[in-house]
Amino acid sequence: MMSDPAILALVALLLPAASFLILAIVAPLRLLGRPAAYTSILFAAGSLAAAIGAWRGHAEQQVTRLAWDWLPSNGVSIATLGILADRDSTLMLILVALVAFLVQLYSVEYLHDEAPAALGRYYTYHSLFAFSMMGVVLAPNLLQLFICWELVGLCSFLLIGFWYQKPEAARAAVKAFWTTKAGDVGLLIGIILLWRVAGTFDIGELRTLVTSGAIPVEGLSLITFCIYLGAVGKSAQFPLHTWLPDAMEGPTPVSALIHAATMVTAGVYLLHRTVFLFPPDVLMVVAWIGAFTALLAAVLACVQDDIKRVLAYSTVSQLGYMMAAIGAGFSSAGFFHLLTHGLFKALLFLGAGAMIHAVHSNDLPRMGGLAKTMPQTAIVFVIGTLSIAGIPLFGGFLSKEEILGATLAGHQTGPFVLLMTVAFLTAFYMFRVVFLAFFAVRATHASPLHVAAGPANHLRQGSGGPPKLQAKPEAGHYDGPPEAGHHDTPHDPPAVMMLPLWVLAVLSLGVGIYSTTLGHFLQFGPGAEGAAEHAAPGWLTPAAVGVAIAGIGLAWLVYQRRTIDAGRLASAFGPIRTAALNKFWIDDIYEGILALALLAFSRIVGWIDRYLVDGVLNVVSAWTVSAGGLLRTVQTGRAQDYVYGVAVGLLILILWMRWALT
Amino acid sequence: MGLQAYLILAATVFCIGLFGVVTRRNTIGILLGIELMLNAVNINLVAFSHFSGTITGMVFTLFTICITVSEAAIGLALVILLFRVRRTVMADHLDLLKG
Repeated sequence: MMSDPAILALVALLLPAASFLILAIVAPLRLLGRPAAYTSILFAAGSLAAAIGAWRGHAEQQVTRLAWDWLPSNGVSIATLGILADRDSTLMLILVALVAFLVQLYSVEYLHDEAPAALGRYYTYHSLFAFSMMGVVLAPNLLQLFICWELVGLCSFLLIGFWYQKPEAARAAVKAFWTTKAGDVGLLIGIILLWRVAGTFDIGELRTLVTSGAIPVEGLSLITFCIYLGAVGKSAQFPLHTWLPDAMEGPTPVSALIHAATMVTAGVYLLHRTVFLFPPDVLMVVAWIGAFTALLAAVLACVQDDIKRVLAYSTVSQLGYMMAAIGAGFSSAGFFHLLTHGLFKALLFLGAGAMIHAVHSNDLPRMGGLAKTMPQTAIVFVIGTLSIAGIPLFGGFLSKEEILGATLAGHQTGPFVLLMTVAFLTAFYMFRVVFLAFFAVRATHASPLHVAAGPANHLRQGSGGPPKLQAKPEAGHYDGPPEAGHHDTPHDPPAVMMLPLWVLAVLSLGVGIYSTTLGHFLQFGPGAEGAAEHAAPGWLTPAAVGVAIAGIGLAWLVYQRRTIDAGRLASAFGPIRTAALNKFWIDDIYEGILALALLAFSRIVGWIDRYLVDGVLNVVSAWTVSAGGLLRTVQTGRAQDYVYGVAVGLLILILWMRWALT
Repeated sequence: MGLQAYLILAATVFCIGLFGVVTRRNTIGILLGIELMLNAVNINLVAFSHFSGTITGMVFTLFTICITVSEAAIGLALVILLFRVRRTVMADHLDLLKG
């Protein structure tokens, strides 16, 4: 039965767990660093092989599952633990296993300056992450999914804060943890409410209940909205998106794995898995918020100077795309984009990591002209960029067009218009990165459009720009390994880092060519959902590609030919640019709200303490004091008064005995 | 004369003694009042003893007289010491315990 996909999926799930346990328990191995890394990579490779086997072993639309009782009660188990292997989960499993494996391979070289103990810690976390993420992917019920979901969040926290000596990294880790936790609370409430309604956590049983009409979908608005909240937090949708750009404080490979390819897409995956529960009104919210997030993040990406932040906002933007497709009712389109996005965004992040590794800076103006010195990196990075821009024959083309078609077919015209704008902006900001980093001469004067909010004045030896003052070390924001030393000329990274890049580039290209030439890749897209072929209007493909090419053209004119002055372009969009540089003040609003809420709460607590708690105590003590004062007057100190007292008391006693006792 | 007459006499002497105790400002006067009250009790005891035909009351009275004597001796000694220290024996001046 080794060919059973569920068993193979279980193997793929348990290998990283084994690796984590070995590294966590066998401390000497972990402290050695490199051997720990090789152990983890070996297990990840095995996991990848098992994942591919699970996918190949499973026939189309066939669902295999393993289940064990968990939480038994009166002979019926409230919850089960198990493995659900179907087309979607095995494909996602491959993506997770592949990116995890490639990133672990890449990290050996990227983090070569780390202390051995730190390297061991890094790979321990990585193994735990791979296990938890696969747990989310393979979970057949919502309870198991939630547990793994939280584990994934924990790993994200640990890896963002990998360089915990840096205060920004520690702060970013805490911020990411709390922000996603805000959504997770919603998810947990949603799951529990759903259990009260349906009496089961199992996704398959829920689907049967809904399709048979036992549970009317219309009554699930609140529950599904709660579940959606979890996805909002994890997938960085609009109100809770602020943690993702800050999460870039972690090592770049971590960003590639967790904050681009896998963990942040868990929200999309969750919605894809449970979309049958969603009533139309909630889906409408999902679509609009998704499209709005996509636009907001795309605008923000245009003004960032930190290459990782551009990519982070681009991830938020693409996640908005996927959400919009799910909201339009075509979750398969969103899932398809999830897969292609996982490939090309991991590629872009790892490519950015190679550049950061070479120039020891995150800042775009400090790069420039890298195409000559890093030709291989340039090629793979451009492939990734063309994929995300949605150029035919490249990875993101068909999935992006599917999403645009889905929003049209779902009659979501508003989100469709937003997403078309985003397609233009995506091409623009991604090619801005390409031109600035690879082709443009290294900027000697800081032109307004590529100066980020902070003082981005970079003094690089040999670049004879007007030296500006206050060029502090933190201005040239550098996310690489803190103690990286040598400052030779930039060059392509060693083969161990180049290999993952090439694999991802070839896969991005391959998926793109395959899907463009053969139409629907693996029958993805709306047609596969049993709905009528959505028959995208004929103008959609030319329009989408045209918009992308227009974006590329604008970027070329502004940053390569410099026929359009970047400063003039910036001033044309003055207010928007100012707002974007300040991240639309969302972080400030949160801080303000939190500060106000805390202040108001403290005021209330203070008032209660001062006037209620203290008041009661003061009144009681005042009563005691005045009663004592009253009693004092009885104690005159004159012996005769006491004799009076005794006499009167005796008299009373006698009278009482006389009348009461007879 | 029956028992009642003795009891009335005793009550009268007791009340006179009590009146003395609560009205006299002089400590020696208070001690005198106390003596009167104790002797009123003695009258009662002797009367009860006489009318009941037992000697229990007599024995009690003997004890009471002894105690009264020692009480008077101690009381007067205290008054003398008090006078040496405070130069007064007026009860309403002796209010050191008043808070």
